[in-house]
Amino acid sequence: MDYRDSETDAEPRGFVEPGQVQTLAASTTAAVKVVIVGGFGVGKTTLVGALSEIRPLTTEETMTQAGVGVDDVAGVERKTSTTVAMDFGRISLNEQLVLYLFGTPGQERFWFLWNGLFDGALGAVVLVDTRRLEVSFDVIGRLEERGVPFVVAVNAFPQAPVHPVAELRASLDLPDSVPIVDCDARDRGSCRDVLLTLMRYLHTLAASPEQS
Amino acid sequence: MTLPNQRWHNSGPERLYVITAGRSRPPEEAVVDLVTLIVARATPQPSMQPEHAAILRMCHAPLSVAEISAHLSLPMSVVTVLLADLLATDRVEARAPIQAARLPDLELLEAVMHGLQRL
Repeated sequence: MDYRDSETDAEPRGFVEPGQVQTLAASTTAAVKVVIVGGFGVGKTTLVGALSEIRPLTTEETMTQAGVGVDDVAGVERKTSTTVAMDFGRISLNEQLVLYLFGTPGQERFWFLWNGLFDGALGAVVLVDTRRLEVSFDVIGRLEERGVPFVVAVNAFPQAPVHPVAELRASLDLPDSVPIVDCDARDRGSCRDVLLTLMRYLHTLAASPEQS
Repeated sequence: MTLPNQRWHNSGPERLYVITAGRSRPPEEAVVDLVTLIVARATPQPSMQPEHAAILRMCHAPLSVAEISAHLSLPMSVVTVLLADLLATDRVEARAPIQAARLPDLELLEAVMHGLQRL
């Protein structure tokens, strides 16, 4: 089975053009990451692109059915490996610190097989399209299972039904503490506010760990 | 900066097997994260494997492992093995990411918020 995310129009595959690589400032000492999750076509790449200081790039991982690393030569004859692509961008926050944003691909079950994607992430943003709310259930369940803190951002699509927050919260079965915000994934300011909401939420959790 | 004008077209498993000399994962101590930052500490040599040389050229200033994977069009697991070679011989330096433990540190979150507010 071969799966490739067609959602991306990022990097032309296959080679590096001289000058295409934009390195970080030499003084950058550490990175943090946030994962953007949501169903196919919900606007994850748009959100990453709106915030990123570089044109969004695509990285990929090859996974076997069992969901571990590269399966040596076994894949040569029995094409059991799956390629999962992921778009990402970055924001240099100050001279030392850079934030990476990873937008996960369309088929939910693969993200959670990606070793290290959620490990050490500050948190996640669940991007929701109210026209297809059901795809968010599985994602939210898996994040809760893994203990990854998250906020929900509702991408404002034209013609999408407008749900009052309370109704959405009930539909998604979210506790009152989890922030739900509206956003426009094309708008930088709006996307930045989503990340700020996540950081404030994490700050609240970290300041009062007994409530988490 | 110049990078090899090579096309990394064929990403079939055979090719990946050759690049990593058959290794599917790096030694335990050399595990890098998607956002570990890599900086070159040596200059590329003609005798080097082209992928190693390309990484050294690219990382004249810090670059994340995810970016190296994207620019080389190679899967993360393959890049991880290549980086383990370079790390073992001190040809690159790795700057480990800040790992959010159970809950991230308040000062770190404040630094992130401060940076975002300037966007």
